[in-house]
Amino acid sequence: MTRMKLVLVGNGMAGMRTLEELLKAAPDLYDITVFGDEPHPNYNRIMLSPVLAGEQALDQIILNPRDWYAQRGITLHTGKRVVKIERKQRFVEAEDGSRAEYDRLLLATGSSPFILPIPGADLPGVVSFRDIADVDAMIAASGRYRHAVVIGGGLLGLEAANGLALRGMDVSVVHLGGHLLDRQLDEPASLLLQRSLEDKGLKFFLKKQTAELLPTTGIPPTPPLIKGGIDSPPRSKGEIDAPLPSNGETDSPPRSKGEIDAPLPSNGETDSPLSQRGGGGDFPSPRVAALRFNDGSEIPADLVVMAVGIRPNTRLAESAGLHCNRGVVVDDTMQTYDPRIYAVGECVSHRGIAYGLVAPLFDQAKVCANHLAEHGVARYQGSMTSTKLKVTGIDLFSAGQFLGGEDHEEIVFQDAGRGAYKKLVLKDNRLVGGVLYGDTLDGAWYFELMRDGTNVADFRDKLLFGRHHLGDSGAGGGAGGDEKLRVMSLPDTAEICGCNGVCKGDIIRAVREKKLFTLDEVRAHTKASGSCGSCTGLVETILAATVGGDYSVAPSKKPLCGCTEYTHDEIRGAIRENRLKTVPETMRFMDWNTPDGCAKCRPALNYYLLCAWPDEYVDDAQSRYINERAHGNIQKDGSFSVVPRMWGGLTNPKELRAIADVAEKFQVPEMKVTGGQRIDLFGIKKEDLPAVWKDLSDAGFVSGHAYGKALRTVKTCVGAKWCRFGTQDSTGLGVKLEQMTWGSWMPHKYKLAVSGCPRNCAEATIKDFGIVCVDSGYELHVGGNGGIKVRITDLLTKVETEEQVMQYTAAFAQLYREEGHYLERTAPWVERVGLAHIKAKVVEDAVYRALLAERFLASQKTAQVDPWKERGQGGQRHEFTPMAVIAA
Amino acid sequence: MTHNENWLEIGPLSDIPRQGARVIKTARGDIALFRTVDDALFALADRCPHKGGPLSQGIVHGGKVACPLHDWKIHLETGLAAAPDVGCAASYPVRLREGMVSISLTRDEACAHA
Repeated sequence: MTRMKLVLVGNGMAGMRTLEELLKAAPDLYDITVFGDEPHPNYNRIMLSPVLAGEQALDQIILNPRDWYAQRGITLHTGKRVVKIERKQRFVEAEDGSRAEYDRLLLATGSSPFILPIPGADLPGVVSFRDIADVDAMIAASGRYRHAVVIGGGLLGLEAANGLALRGMDVSVVHLGGHLLDRQLDEPASLLLQRSLEDKGLKFFLKKQTAELLPTTGIPPTPPLIKGGIDSPPRSKGEIDAPLPSNGETDSPPRSKGEIDAPLPSNGETDSPLSQRGGGGDFPSPRVAALRFNDGSEIPADLVVMAVGIRPNTRLAESAGLHCNRGVVVDDTMQTYDPRIYAVGECVSHRGIAYGLVAPLFDQAKVCANHLAEHGVARYQGSMTSTKLKVTGIDLFSAGQFLGGEDHEEIVFQDAGRGAYKKLVLKDNRLVGGVLYGDTLDGAWYFELMRDGTNVADFRDKLLFGRHHLGDSGAGGGAGGDEKLRVMSLPDTAEICGCNGVCKGDIIRAVREKKLFTLDEVRAHTKASGSCGSCTGLVETILAATVGGDYSVAPSKKPLCGCTEYTHDEIRGAIRENRLKTVPETMRFMDWNTPDGCAKCRPALNYYLLCAWPDEYVDDAQSRYINERAHGNIQKDGSFSVVPRMWGGLTNPKELRAIADVAEKFQVPEMKVTGGQRIDLFGIKKEDLPAVWKDLSDAGFVSGHAYGKALRTVKTCVGAKWCRFGTQDSTGLGVKLEQMTWGSWMPHKYKLAVSGCPRNCAEATIKDFGIVCVDSGYELHVGGNGGIKVRITDLLTKVETEEQVMQYTAAFAQLYREEGHYLERTAPWVERVGLAHIKAKVVEDAVYRALLAERFLASQKTAQVDPWKERGQGGQRHEFTPMAVIAA
Repeated sequence: MTHNENWLEIGPLSDIPRQGARVIKTARGDIALFRTVDDALFALADRCPHKGGPLSQGIVHGGKVACPLHDWKIHLETGLAAAPDVGCAASYPVRLREGMVSISLTRDEACAHA
C-alpha cells in the first residue's frame, strides 16, 4: 500500500511537535517532507534568551537533530522558503523550484517580528529578536560595540535587554507605554520589576516614541518607504504599541520562522544577519549610531533591537487563497478552509485568537496530530495562557484578566521593601486572573484554579498565601516561597522525590537532554513526583527554572490517561448517557488509542462502570489492581497481609481466639494493630489466602477491605457507654455505620470515624467522613485525611438523630462515588468542587439527599457480598493456585 | 527460539485468564505465564528487575505488564523494562498446540543477567 504524503511547511516548534505526536499515534501513515527556511534543524526558540544571556550554548537548544529526521525517513529541506501552494494539483514549491506533492499539508509558518516603519530601520545594526541569526548578530555586536537600545518594553524586549547587558553592553530600553510589560503587569508590579532591572544596570526611557534611527555619518538616511521624512509620524505612531495582530507580546523569543515575511512596511528582511545588511555600492555602508525620539532628543545606539510585537505569517496561505484573518483561520480540528490543509502555531487564528506561547501551540499540535492520524476525535478549544519572564533572578507570573474591572474583586498583597507583590482577581468567587512578582511558586496552582473554574469561596481568606497554607491533601502539594529558594540553591545531589530517589541533578539533566516541557514528561522520564505527588511543586519549580519558565504548567484539559483524549467527567458522562456496560465497549465507543488500555485507565473504567450499573455490571478482575483482585495487601516480598473486619473496632475473646488460631496454624510471622483499629496478619503466602479466609469466615469474620479503594474502617472511641465525657453512643453508631457501608467500592480509600465528644479521640476530623458527637446531636465533618498532606475536615452540617447521621453518611458517600475522579480522595475532591456544591446537594436539598442515600443503599445490595467467604469456598481458584508445579 | 527445547505441557489455554497470568512453580523460581487480550502467550521469570516484584500479579495491557509493587512496565515479548527504567526479566519460549500450552525452561539468553 502506498503511503499518503504529508508536507510540513515550517520547521519550528509547533509543526515539529505535531509531527512527533503524529508519529506516536500513526508511525506509518505518511511519507513526510519538511520545509524550513532557516538553515537549522528544529530548535527551541524559547531558549534563545538564555543563549543570548550566555547561560546556554546554541548546540544545547537543538530539539531535533538531522539524524532524527533521517531515522524516521523524513525528507528535510532546510534553508528553503516555500513560496507557492498549488491546491488543485496538490504540491508546494520552494524558492529554488523544488517541489513536494501532498495529500495533507500542514502549515506552521509562525510569525515575524514587527519592524517600525521609521527612517533608518534598514540600517546595519538594526535587528529583531526571533531566530538564531538574530542572536548571532547580537552576540557579534556585543563584542564590538558599546551602546545597545532595545525598542519595546515587553517580555521579549526585556529578555533581549537583559542578555545584552549580561554581555557587557550599555543597554537602554525604549517603551512607548507608561510602564513595562503593560500587557502582563499592572503598574505596581511593573515598578518593582523596573527597579530590579535598573539594579542590573538597564536604563529605561518610558513614554518615549522613536522617530528615527541615525547612521554613523550623522546624515539622516533616506526614509525607506515613508514619505515626508522625520516629521511625518502617523505611520509609525499608531503601530508602535497597537495591539499587534491579535497576538501582542509573547513571553518567548519569536518562534517559528516564517516562510514568508508578513508584508512589513519598511523592511522585509528582518532576520538577515548583520553582515548581509546595508548598502554595497561605492562607499562604506553606514551603520546605526543613534536613536532620535520625536521630542528631538537622541541617545547613542550601536545596536538597535526591535521587539515591538509579532504578526502571523500568512502570506503563503493568503497567496493560495486560504481564508486568513490576522492568522490562518482554523476550526477546532486545526483544519483550514481547505480540508486537506491544516495549520498550527503562531501563524494560526483560532476563534479569533493567535497564540504566541508554547503551551497552547503544543495543545494545538496534539489535536492536529490526532486528526492527521485519522483518529478524528480531538478538539482544540482554546487555551488559557500565563506568562513568565525569563530573566534570571526575577520571578514574575501573570495570567488571565489581571487588570480586573467591573464586577471583579481584587485581593492584593504588597511589600515593596521585600520586592514582593501579589494580586489575584476574582469574579463570582472564581479566580480569573493574577499577577505575582517576587514569589511565583503558586503561579501553577493559581493557573489551575483559573482553568478549572474552581469555586474558592471556602478558602478565599487563605488564597493569597498559596497552596501550602491550605493544608493541601495529597493532590500534589506546593512548596512555600522560602522552600522554593531553598530548592534552587540545593546542590544537584539533593533528593527531590523521596519515593523514587530522584535528585535535583537527575531532573535537570533529563529536562535538558530529553528536551522536556511538561510535568508529565518529567514524570515519565525520571519518575520524580510520579508516586505520592507531594514533591510536585518542587519538581515544577526545577522544571520551570531549567526550561526558562515557559513550560506547560497546565494543559487546557486533563485526559484520564495517555490512552484517551477524554477527561474523567467526559468518560463518566458517556458511560451513563450511552449506556456503556463493559470496559471494551467503553474503549471502543470513546475511541481509545490503545488496544486494551493501561494500568491507569482500566481500573478507573471498571470502577466507573460498577458505580453506574451496580445491578448489571460484571466486575472485570483483570482490570483490578492486584490487591483488589486477590483481596489482600501485596507486600514487598510478594506475600499478602490480611485484615479481618472488626465492626467499629470492637472485638471479643472469641474473635481474638479465632485470629490467634489462624495465626498459629498458618505460621503468620508478624501481627500488628493498625491505625484503623484492626488486627493485621502479615506474611501470608498467596496460595494460603483462601484457607486463611475460610477459617476466618467460619469464625464470623468478613473481609476488612484494608486493600481496596473502598470503605476501609469506621474508627470509634468508647463513647457514652464507658467514657465519663461521652455524649452519645459512638461505638454503637460506628458499628451501625460500618454495617451499612462495608463492601462499597469508592474512587479511593474511604475512612469513617465517630468520636463521642469534641475531645475527638477517634480523630474524626481527619477522616473522609467524621462524626463528632455533642450533647445536642452530631456534627458531620467531611473531606479530611492524614497522609502526605494532612487535611482537616470541613463541617458539613449538624444533625440531631442517628437516623439522620445514617442518611447523610450514605448520601455523602454516594455523591463522592458518583462525582469523585478515580484515585481522587475526598479531600482534593472537596477542594475541586467546593464545599458549597456538596452542601447544596447533600444538606440543602432534602429530596436529592434522600435520592443519593437510596442509590447508595441500592448499590450496597450487590456490593455486600463477602469476597473472602466466596474464595474460602473455592471461588476464583485460578487466582490463588499455580497453574503447574515443575520439579525440575 | 533456540534449539534443544524440551517442551513441558502446562495445561489448557482456558486456564489462563485473558489479560491475566498464571504462575508456574519451578525449582529455579516462579515463572509467570501471560495471556494478552489477543491471546498471545508469553512467559517471563516472575521477578521484576527492579525490586523482585511478582510480575504475574500485575495488570496486563498492550503487550506489557505493570509490576504490582512500583508500576514498572515490562515488555512481555522481550522481558525488557520500558523506558526510562532499565532492566530485564528472563523470558521463556511458549507454545500453543490444540489448545494446550507448553513452555520450555531454556531461557532466552538475551537477558543474561536476569
